[in-house]
Amino acid sequence: MTSTLTLDIKDLRLSFRNWAGKTEVLHGIDLTIAPGERVALVGESGSGKSVTSRIVLGTMQDVRNASVSGQVAFEGTELSTLKPAERRALRGRDMSMIFQDPTSALNPVFKIGELFQEVLKRRHPNISRDAARQKASVILQDVSIDDADRVLNSYSFQLSGGMNQRVMIAMALINEPRLLLADEPGTALDVTVQAQTLALMRDLVDQKGTSVLFISHNLGVVREFADRIYVIYRGNIVERGPTAAIFDAPKHPYTRALLSAMPRLTGGGIPEIEERAPSFDDPMATHGEDA
Amino acid sequence: MPDTMPAAQILSVRSVSKEFRVGASWVKAVDDVSLDVFEGECLAIVGESGSGKSTLANMILGIHPPTSGEIVYKGAALPAKRTKTHRSQIQLVQQNPLSALNPRRSIGASLRLALDVHNHGTRSERPAMVSALLEEVGLDPDIALRAPSGLSGGQRQRIAIARALACQSHMVVLDEPTSALDVLVQARVLRLLDDLRKNRDLTYIFITHDLSVVRNIADRVAVFRKGRLVELAETAALFSAPKSTYTRSLISAVPVVSAPEIALRDGLAQGV
Repeated sequence: MTSTLTLDIKDLRLSFRNWAGKTEVLHGIDLTIAPGERVALVGESGSGKSVTSRIVLGTMQDVRNASVSGQVAFEGTELSTLKPAERRALRGRDMSMIFQDPTSALNPVFKIGELFQEVLKRRHPNISRDAARQKASVILQDVSIDDADRVLNSYSFQLSGGMNQRVMIAMALINEPRLLLADEPGTALDVTVQAQTLALMRDLVDQKGTSVLFISHNLGVVREFADRIYVIYRGNIVERGPTAAIFDAPKHPYTRALLSAMPRLTGGGIPEIEERAPSFDDPMATHGEDA
Repeated sequence: MPDTMPAAQILSVRSVSKEFRVGASWVKAVDDVSLDVFEGECLAIVGESGSGKSTLANMILGIHPPTSGEIVYKGAALPAKRTKTHRSQIQLVQQNPLSALNPRRSIGASLRLALDVHNHGTRSERPAMVSALLEEVGLDPDIALRAPSGLSGGQRQRIAIARALACQSHMVVLDEPTSALDVLVQARVLRLLDDLRKNRDLTYIFITHDLSVVRNIADRVAVFRKGRLVELAETAALFSAPKSTYTRSLISAVPVVSAPEIALRDGLAQGV
């Protein structure tokens, strides 16, 4: 492929300094996202999936006891060569993020309309109040909110969790970012609401050609959303490949354990599975691509 | 599922309603619900947030009294102020074990407190009882000296379970016991709960929104929506032929991973 990758991560390492010295939590991650591609990073808590997204977003680099090494290129530009102000300019404009709990991610002292204006100012610094409202109502329609006026005049705590999640999705996509980072979106919501919002999000990024890095601990959620999957275990990528290939023929023992540990809707009892096994540390398994 | 359905009711919820005041109006959190729980079964209560499932559990536990109706336990109506026997026999395991365990008290002390309060065993027997409880939930007894903050989520949930067992409980209300756990840990904790129920003849009321878990652990399922009981059926029947469209829509929203599941789900989704 000749086109520039939206995201190109090579040998990414992260360690924290603490009283005992240094603790490495990411041991050399390679991950790429092509333009318009939806990629999922799946792992358990503590596997390093969320810190990876924070490095991409550029906020981890500001943490004082963290040291990041390796390459993170966003559309061909190496993030570490940028000044903090330039990194900040990317956020909310060229890349944006959707968080797990929408209600705590929205500032409760401002109305949704004001929050939208704030976000829009990142791309159009001189946008007028009316123009911002206009744009916000249009995108709220896209996420199936019909009474945009009422929502724009509300505070986040006056809306339901599902409504807030849609507002978050709309807000993250209003500046037409090239990369969307979604950290467990909808885990805090009911299954039905989660299914709806994920479908909405998929349609919207499809339509706008946004690349997505989707972070989740649930392979079931990822199956319907992602083109490709990376499975991360204790700071290492253990398997990567197209979604269908990973579900049809998981190769790595850890991926297999994750898949078989999920209780089945068709019954069959509670799976008998080990929480830990030495084979989980096996080298990475791939599915035929470049490698 | 057991070969013979246990016949004896241990708990009977009779026309129970619960209203809460929100501002100037009243909200019916639970609206005229009646159901029986049989001895030794695992009854799952499923529903979305706001469906009243936790409110019902809180009434069973005696945390708040019903506005109307009564709850009968082992043949006698439960009083608003519970006796010590009731409190020790009907126990709770919560979703977040970190907030359920006192952070300043060691694991051993937390378990010992349950034995002290409910007066189980003699003083000299209690340390051994604590060790036995920890072993029963698959933990090393040495963990008794540690604080909850130093443990993993799965270990903490095992301790919350051990504490619920400490009181010679007959019935355990499990409120989303595995929702906060990773999938590998969840499988282990579910297996533990299942084994304990059989070994100790416990009755479970299992509150959750995760239907895949329900399918594999419950004998019967009660589906709640907006405070009302929509459907109550044996697990296999509910999943193969749900009667209400609401149940169908719940099942078809579950994220799944295998081909047979997709077939089942898509089959049900056509009726929605």
